[in-house]
This record gives sequence, structure tokens and C-alpha cells, in this order.
Amino acid sequence: MKRTILLISIALGSGALAGAQQISAPVVKNGEKPSIAVPDFRGSGDVQNFMGVFNTTLFNDLSGSGQLKMIAKTLYPVQVPQQPSDFHPPVNGQSQGLWLADWSGPPANANYLAFGYTAVQNNQIVLYGWLFDVRQANPGSAQLIGKVYLGSLDEAGARKVAQQFAADILKQFGATSLIGTRIYFVSDRSGKKEIWSMNYDGSDQKQFTNYRSITTFPSISPDGTKIAFTTYPVLPSSRNANASQFGKQTENLGQPQIYVHSLETGRKLVYYNQQASMNAASDFLPDSRHLLIFSTANGGFSQIYETDLDGADLHRITHTGSLEVEPKANPRTGMDVAFVSGRGGTPQIYRMNIDGTDVSRLTTGEGDAVNPAWNPDGQHIAFAWTRGFEPGNFNIFVMDVASRDVVQLTHGAGRNENPSWAPDGVHLVFSSKRGRTNQIYTMLADGTGLQQLTTQGTNEKPVWSKATQ
Amino acid sequence: MSDSSRLHASLQPSPAGHPLRAGMLLLLSALVLFAVGCAKKVPPPPPPPPPAATPIAPPPQAAAPVINSFTAEPSTVAAGQSSTLRWSITGATDMSIDRGVGAVQSNGMRQVFPRASTSYTLTARGPGGMDSRSITVEVASAPPPPPPPPSTPRLSSADLLQQQAQDSFFDLDMSEIRADGRDALTHDAALLKQIFQQDANFSVVVEGHCDERGSAEYNLALGDRRATAAKDFLVQLGVPADRLKTISYGKERPQCTEATEDCWQKNRRAHLSPGQ
Repeated sequence: MKRTILLISIALGSGALAGAQQISAPVVKNGEKPSIAVPDFRGSGDVQNFMGVFNTTLFNDLSGSGQLKMIAKTLYPVQVPQQPSDFHPPVNGQSQGLWLADWSGPPANANYLAFGYTAVQNNQIVLYGWLFDVRQANPGSAQLIGKVYLGSLDEAGARKVAQQFAADILKQFGATSLIGTRIYFVSDRSGKKEIWSMNYDGSDQKQFTNYRSITTFPSISPDGTKIAFTTYPVLPSSRNANASQFGKQTENLGQPQIYVHSLETGRKLVYYNQQASMNAASDFLPDSRHLLIFSTANGGFSQIYETDLDGADLHRITHTGSLEVEPKANPRTGMDVAFVSGRGGTPQIYRMNIDGTDVSRLTTGEGDAVNPAWNPDGQHIAFAWTRGFEPGNFNIFVMDVASRDVVQLTHGAGRNENPSWAPDGVHLVFSSKRGRTNQIYTMLADGTGLQQLTTQGTNEKPVWSKATQ
Repeated sequence: MSDSSRLHASLQPSPAGHPLRAGMLLLLSALVLFAVGCAKKVPPPPPPPPPAATPIAPPPQAAAPVINSFTAEPSTVAAGQSSTLRWSITGATDMSIDRGVGAVQSNGMRQVFPRASTSYTLTARGPGGMDSRSITVEVASAPPPPPPPPSTPRLSSADLLQQQAQDSFFDLDMSEIRADGRDALTHDAALLKQIFQQDANFSVVVEGHCDERGSAEYNLALGDRRATAAKDFLVQLGVPADRLKTISYGKERPQCTEATEDCWQKNRRAHLSPGQ
């Protein structure tokens, strides 16, 4: 049995190596990106009121993908097409009106052009959207997308059709659209730390838990149906227990425990916690049916375990006299685990097989290295490291696990922790304390495109899920 | 004669006595009967003399009432305590004690609760006159109350713990008990033993805390070690393990939020708080 596992991991390991040679990093180099022009669309009738939202959404979604080079609008030709029939091929070198070369030539030098228009039809917004490869000889061969999108006649409808069009464009370039993905995170804006969720762009922030305690460490199952987190249960009858005339009155909290909820119903699912001074959720395995946790079920130092979704079938993975936390399963293989261990002194990131064998340290031993997060490609991890800085001053790094090459993405601006990859593998969400409080930001995996998503309260521990709630 | 012989013969089966003496008695009684039968002819006896007249007592000269005894036991009491009055009177028809005691019987007892030294007067009246006697119950003045106890009102176990328990502090990323932590925990062990002795239902939570600089996950595990190390030390000093529970708050509940070493040190601690 052990031999089989070993053979599989070798096979998968060599596959990962081959992949690593093809894609040296998830970071897309600027020079390689296709360039696109996205002139503002115009609308007729009542839809005109929503065109500001529409154009902003379309531009930001394409720009924020990190997959495209957005051509500056100042370089666009004055005349903008609204439909393919607006193009007229030049005759004998004489311009007959708008033409593809207006966009592919200087000063725009675009590879692609997104254009179209909106109108009102049956009291709905209708978007006619096209994507042309303007380097082609004629409109027929240039057309990559020509599609009609419908939405409600309001701001939400305008945003929706823009997002759908952007998603279709991104798909042309092999990029996964983030539209519809949610980011789960921890916020104390209600007064207590609870799990919240929001759209990938920070819109629609909603409270998910209401345990009125300390609730943290969210992780989402890869199939998007479940969330695991850790909370300190408020002990019954403790709200007024041990009232003191001197000390401040706080309710008694129980030892931290793992909770699993359905993301479909929001309800709590059964999870049997180990008898232990602490149980903490960390990650789902790729099958969405097993959890990696860290717990003191052994009675000593926190160790790494695997359990079923209901807490049964406990398997201990590490056997050390040091702190072992934050196990994260490789999403591609499920066979190797990145984790944080204090076995060498300061916390560092290690990897091991899911059965606990073949442990190796990934980080150099400098500083504190914590919060490993696998890229969906199963070849890179993002993590937080204090290398080169004082204890506690973390920056976000990305490592190619096979070569252990690292790229530093933040450089001392605030205290940066908890990176988590977007499903597209090129965006990261993370928390950063750049003012008085921790807030949540997204950026591209090359450190550019920084966007702040939260402002209210303290926000931390973001995880990017495919879930589309 | 025949009677006699018949009588005599009838004596034979008599079960009682000596047959000869019984025969003699019968003979004598027969002679007496004969003699009585002859007495009708004797003169009647003289009437008996009149009964002797009882001497007529002079109209009784009524005796004066006498108080035989009147005591108070004890005769000295503290304020609010009782004394028992007892008395014995003869020859009185109307007996009372003043000071609100009222009418009494000729023999009796009554508890009194004098607030101050009081003389009780027992008065007995009768047709023959009156008698009275007084007795004083001394009330000793109360001694001054003891001075108030030096301590403030008795503290609850929770307050005692929160006021007097000392935190033990740790080095960065460490869970070993330092020398100053040993002193604090030694003090805490004595305090806990005292509290547990007074309060059988009290339990204590040993909290482990960390400064903000590690990751939340690592700090959760590190705080668990700090709490456990502190608990183990207390148990070694004889504090019952089943009254102690550990909980790690990691860096979730700092008591100080400045980004200074002073503040970080305050947060790297094991802290005792009241349990359920």
C-alpha cells in the first residue's frame, strides 16, 4: 500500500516537474500579454443612465484579470465602431470609413478590439458585444465573439451584462473569469469575529456566521459546497457567570473547535471534534470529503491530522514534539501537503506526503514563514514570510515548489499575511495592515493591480472560493 | 337432746378446723342462743349518752399572707437575656408582681427580660393583710463590640483570583516557564489552593496568549503550549489538575495593542481566569 502511494507520488511529482518547465511562474510577463482596446460603449434610450456602470465594469474586469494589456483610451482612433457593418475596407488604399487597421496600427497598436452597443428591448437591457482580432484581413475572419446579452433595466443589469461579456472575452485568452466567485473572510465589524463573504471585487459583503465569539480560519471545499472554520463556543449559562466587581465581565468561551457548514443552506453540519484543548480547521482535500486539521488530540503539541467531513476516521500525520499547523493539500494531487512547523526553531514552511513521509523544508530557515496557499496549478505556493524584516513584518511571496525559487510580491508596505489564490491562478487575495487595521486586498501574482476590498472594521483570513453564492 | 346430737353428728363431715374445737364452738353458740332467747325478759339498756359537743372555735382570726420565698435566678444577666423569678406565697388571695408581670398564683415562676437593672416587687394580699418583697435583677452593661475586621467584605473566589493571581510571561516564540514565571506560578499555586479549599465548586481556566507577531494559527498552537506549561507547573506544586482547564487565545485577545516590545511582552503570557 505504501509502495503504491510512493509510486503515485513519484509519477505525479515528475508530471509537476514537466509542467513547471513549461510554466515557469504563474506570473504573466507584461510583454507577453495580448493588447486590447475597449472603447466606451454607448446606449440608446433609458439604458444611457447605466452606461457609466457598464463601461467601468467591463474595463475593470478585463483590466483586473491581469491577462490583457489594456491600451490607453487616449490612443484610440476618434471614430469608434458600434457594429461590424460600420467597418468599410479601404479601396485602392483609400479609406472608406472605419477599418480594422485603425486599431491594429499606431498609435493604438491593439491586437484586439471589444466593441458594441446597448439598447432597450422589451424593457430589458440588450447588449450587442463583439470581440475582433483587428490584425485579421477582414471583419469575417476577425470576429471572435458576436453575442447578445440580456439584463434587467437597472444598474445591476448593466453590471451583469458587462461581467458576462468580460467573462466571454477572458475565456478567449484562456483566463478563468473571477465573476461569480466569492471571497470568504473574517471580520469583526459586527463586534465579534465572524465569517463574512463578498464578491471578488469587494461588492455585496455579507455576514455568514453569527456565533458571537471568536470565529476564524475559514476554508472552502473545492466543490464549493462546504465551509470549515474554527470557533470558540460560548459556554451555556456563562453570559453572567462569575460576574466580578473588579474585572471586566466576559463570557466564558470553550476551547476552539472545528465547525463545518453547508454553503448551500448555510446550516451547520455534524462534525465530531476530538477531546483536545484545541481543534482547528485548515483545509479540505481535493475530493471535498476529507479535512486536514491541527489539533492537540495527542495531548501534547499541536499536530496535523486528517479526518472525514464529520470528524470521524482520524489519522495522525505528523509525530513530533514541536508545533505543527496549517496543513494545506496540493489541489492537483491531494498527495502532498504544505504546512508550517516549528521543528527547526522558528516557524517555517515544509512539505510532506499525505501519509507523513518524505518531509522537507521549503523555506530557508530565515525569519518566520507561515500561511502556505497552493496555486490551483499545484506547483506554486504563496505564503507570508518575514525574511529580511523584523519579526511580525510579513510580506507575500510566491514559490515554485519544485525549484524553490521565490518571488517577493509585497515589499514592506504594511504587514501582509494570509494569501489565497483566486481560481484563475493569477490573482491573490491577502490581508494587510497598512493603517491602523487589517484590511483585505487583491493583487496579481506579480504584485501589481492592488485593490483594497474592505474598509469596515478589521478584516483578515480571506479565502477565495469558486462558490457562486 | 336430739338436736344436740343431730348438731353434733352434723359436725362430723365439717371440713374446717379441728373437729373437737368446732364441736365446742357449736355448743357454746347453742348455749348463747338459748340465753338470748331468755333475754326478752331483761330491762332495756340506757340510751347512749349524747355525743360529746365539739368545742366551738372562736370566729377565725384570718392569718396575714406570707411570702415564703421570692428569688431571681440568675440575679445578674446581660441585656436581652432572661432571668427566672420564682416565688412561694401562703395566705394570699391577691398576688401580683409589678413591672408588667401582673397577677400571679401563689407558687410559680416567670421569665423576665429586663433591659436594664430592674427591681421586681411581689405583693401578696389577703384578708389577713399583705406582704411584699422586692428583688433586683442586675443587668450587666454590654461590652463594646469587637473592632470591625481589618479586611473588606469577603471577596468572591472570582474576585480573589482576578485581584491576586499573577500572570507568567514568556519569551518570543517560547513556551518554557521563565524564572519570573516560576515565582508568579508559585504564588498562584498557594492562592489557588486557598481558593479551592474555601470554594469547592470553583474552577480556573489557564489562558495562553501570544503577541501579534506570529501567524494566528501558529500562535493558537503556541498559546496552547504556554497554557499547558503553566498548568503543569501548578499541578506539580499540588494544585488539583481537575480544577484547571487550559484554553489558548493565540493572539485573539491581547491585553495591550501597541506595537512595542513592552506591549508584546505583556501579551506573551499565561493568565488565570475564573472557570465555569
